[in-house]
Amino acid sequence: MEFKPRIIAFLCKWCSYTGADLAGTSRMVYKSNVRIVKVMCSGRIEPTFVLKAFEQGADGVLVCGCHPGDCHYQEGNYRCLRRFILLQKYISQMGINKNRLRLEWISASEGKQFAELIDGFTETVSELGPCKAREILSVLS
Amino acid sequence: MEAPKPKLKLAVYWGAACGGCCVSVLDVHEKLFDVVASADFEFWPIAMDIKYKDIEEMADDHLDITLFNGAIRNSENEHMAKLLRKKSRLLVAYGSCSHLGGIPGLANFSNRDEIFRRVYEESESTVNPEKTRPLSEFSVREGLLEIPEFYNDVRSLSQVTDVDYYIPGCPPQTDRLLEVFSAIAGGSGLPPKGSVIGAGKRAQCDECVRKKTENKKIKKFYRPWEITDDGESCFLEQGVICMGPATREGCGYRCIKGNAPCRGCYGPTPGVTDPGTKMMSAIASIIDEKEPDDISRVVDDIVDPAGLFYRFSLPVSLIRRKL
Repeated sequence: MEFKPRIIAFLCKWCSYTGADLAGTSRMVYKSNVRIVKVMCSGRIEPTFVLKAFEQGADGVLVCGCHPGDCHYQEGNYRCLRRFILLQKYISQMGINKNRLRLEWISASEGKQFAELIDGFTETVSELGPCKAREILSVLS
Repeated sequence: MEAPKPKLKLAVYWGAACGGCCVSVLDVHEKLFDVVASADFEFWPIAMDIKYKDIEEMADDHLDITLFNGAIRNSENEHMAKLLRKKSRLLVAYGSCSHLGGIPGLANFSNRDEIFRRVYEESESTVNPEKTRPLSEFSVREGLLEIPEFYNDVRSLSQVTDVDYYIPGCPPQTDRLLEVFSAIAGGSGLPPKGSVIGAGKRAQCDECVRKKTENKKIKKFYRPWEITDDGESCFLEQGVICMGPATREGCGYRCIKGNAPCRGCYGPTPGVTDPGTKMMSAIASIIDEKEPDDISRVVDDIVDPAGLFYRFSLPVSLIRRKL
């Protein structure tokens, strides 16, 4: 059976979710592997959210926020960037390929970029194959 | 005159532990006399000679309180945890190892095969050309020999059986144990089942008296030996990672008083899902850089984030073992 990756995307309300909305209202076609969670700001995305997604069976996690300097709350996306860099290092140590976690900036006008991002990331995760976290962590032996 | 209150029956047992928790119980010093005035130790391998069968013969709920220290590393630990659960009214996870997995839990960065290979083949002092490995059962002329099975994962106590209370710490502070003990002996209201007792509800930082400012800005992290501590300002503000912001108060910040940063043995503050992620958030907040390359440079100062942020809590974290 063909592998269909499950991707969780956390999008900030002000830029990235609006960008995703634009992709939708513009009838752009992109891969349907992504499940979107809207948050108020990319700075709201706690490392717990990302790890929980992997633990619950996500094959990839995408985090999107406003471009640097454009955050609705001034600094949230920088905080997100620093968490992301630290998290990538941590998940590599735990045996999760760091490319399964991706951060991109999507503005409210970048519907096309959003659609391309989803296609590209879906491809990356498909090549990486299924993430074994859920399977391994569900067994206590 | 009222009949004297029946004495409480106590047990202390260890799983995968270093023995420090048992010693912390002995550290009550002369207060031990107050304890034994209202309680009898019925089972405590570090101090008394007693056999497994003596426990097996006890009626269910015979013991009032069992302090179980140590993580669950092998089948003997698990068997005893479940047996003592059955025999005790209150089962208390005592110390970081039974509470969160503790230092033995760091073995979850490896699996059974890797550990056996290292220990029985590769270590510098090992001579084992036949690559003999331990077996849990082995037949000899005299009969079947058995040793406990070594598990692939290290687990906390609550991952194998039902736990009433948790007393955190590596080891728990003896004063806290005495407070808990008097609460139980005095029959004063116990907190709801599953609570962490013998510790506070805030973070270490709330208790710590080192000088701190609201805005921490860090451009470089140091390992403790790379820097001379000024002895009075917040470790994090000096660039030394201190687990204080993500660690429960209650120990009296003894490491910090001894001029060493907090290592996080008291575990996360109440309501936290994953102990290390809170610390990752805190660290990310204080890095004073905006460009990805600069941030990476600062993050690279943290040599082993997983081992540092989950030093005592790997088995109970979200990604609780290396995949």
